[in-house]
Amino acid sequence: MTAIRLGVVHTRYLLLETVRVPIAIIGALVFPALSFLFFVVPQRAVAEDPVLATQAIIQLSVFAVLANGLFGYGLSISQARETPWDPYVRSLPVPASARILGQVLSTGTIGFLAVIPVIVIGVIATAATATPGGVVLGLVALALTSLPFAFIGISIGYGMPSKAAIAVVQVIMFGLAFAGGLFLPPVLFPDWLDAISRALPSRQAREIVIWAVQGGDVPVLELVGIIVWTLALGVLAIVLYRRDEGRRFR
Amino acid sequence: MAAIARLESVSRRYGEVLALDDATLDVGEAEILGLLGPNGAGKTTVMSLLRGLIRPTEGRVELFGRDPREHTSRTALGVTPQETALPPTLRVAEVIDFVGAHYPDRVGPRELAERFGFGELLRRQTGALSGGQRRRLSVALAFVGRPRLVLLDEPTTGLDVDGRRELWDAIRSQRGQGATVVVTSHYLEEIEALAERVVVMSEGRIVADDALGSILGMVGERWAVLESPRAAEIAVLPEVVGARVDGERLELSLSDSDSFVRTLVASGLPFTSLQLRGATLEEAFLSIVNGATR
Repeated sequence: MTAIRLGVVHTRYLLLETVRVPIAIIGALVFPALSFLFFVVPQRAVAEDPVLATQAIIQLSVFAVLANGLFGYGLSISQARETPWDPYVRSLPVPASARILGQVLSTGTIGFLAVIPVIVIGVIATAATATPGGVVLGLVALALTSLPFAFIGISIGYGMPSKAAIAVVQVIMFGLAFAGGLFLPPVLFPDWLDAISRALPSRQAREIVIWAVQGGDVPVLELVGIIVWTLALGVLAIVLYRRDEGRRFR
Repeated sequence: MAAIARLESVSRRYGEVLALDDATLDVGEAEILGLLGPNGAGKTTVMSLLRGLIRPTEGRVELFGRDPREHTSRTALGVTPQETALPPTLRVAEVIDFVGAHYPDRVGPRELAERFGFGELLRRQTGALSGGQRRRLSVALAFVGRPRLVLLDEPTTGLDVDGRRELWDAIRSQRGQGATVVVTSHYLEEIEALAERVVVMSEGRIVADDALGSILGMVGERWAVLESPRAAEIAVLPEVVGARVDGERLELSLSDSDSFVRTLVASGLPFTSLQLRGATLEEAFLSIVNGATR
């Protein structure tokens, strides 16, 4: 109970800090929307096909959540660990779970905001369609499948200094996005790439959200895969938080 | 007297560097304990261990009888952020609210601000405060949860004389409400103004642990510098405790400077350029360290 109450307190103040420097949010909001505008809308074969256009919206929504998770957690945590405010907050009577909950909820809120412009542009400029129920299910699936990305970001944040985190976040973000079929649809992949792709949490998230919105066969392998990723990365994040003793000097 | 915090044969290494070397320390209920030492002596390492920020390489650290790395052991602990660390976009009242939310019984922003003399600043963003105002807010944050033990790391560094005295008064009045305070400083004056018991640290070791009066006696030595063609004879006068002779130039540490001057003049030995001064803190540390190893 205490952990949840404190988690909400931390969420509120993290959002308050972010909102007072609005440029940080604008970056997260604009990048996926611009990608959609430049890569999807001009390709009329995709944009005019209701199924493909809807999948493109879903791909870039997953990308928005992925990028926001990696940057939001990875960079903000590794930078925060280098300021003296972080060790102070660590020494307050607060469990690790409450701080992580605060980070998840505050970054998650911004991730959700980042999805909105992609959906709005998609609805206006393409033939994408979905039932209201499909949209709601899709958003729930998007939120749940964002957890492994959040945990990757948290692990990077606690595992390395901010300069290394910037590089690693970008490599992992583009790797997961391309290989996960978030920029190019996986039907274009050769077999070997498709095999790797199916093992990645980004591809699994894409398939699960598409299933939630458009229906079809239950993606059993993807569901099992993403649960394994979520648990493993969640444990890693907690271990790295516990091990952390602030900034390291040698 | 029950120990509310203790270090038991604790050592802490950072890679090759031994920051704390086999330190044992008990902090009792309702005392003000001063940790005195030059930079790099290990004071901050002791504080970080008590806050649960780092773990000891060897030995045992206890806070209220438990491991300080467990967050529940820290409900009655108050600590200060460095004043440069306050989140610049948050308002003063918001920072106090945020910190206070972690404690079961807390002091409200208005009351806390009145006690520490920044009642008019509650609506300001912390980024807009002066250094002294931020420092006062930082120290006040340690008291927001009505703690039983407060750790203050260099609480008044960078403050002017008035600001320092005001803050000392505020800290002493908190002590009157039954809180134990551990304060580190490299200013002797600050330790003198606040502490009842003093622990002196040097190069990771605790070299003295005694009542304030006894420590002041140890560091109260006087030094003299003078020149004389008969330096060797001056160096053996009875009040001279230690001497360094460099040609005609003499550096002396003295047991009693007034009596030394009388003896020197009465002896009729020639001398010029006599200067008397108190031992600097570094010299005082050296004499305590040497005394401890002797």
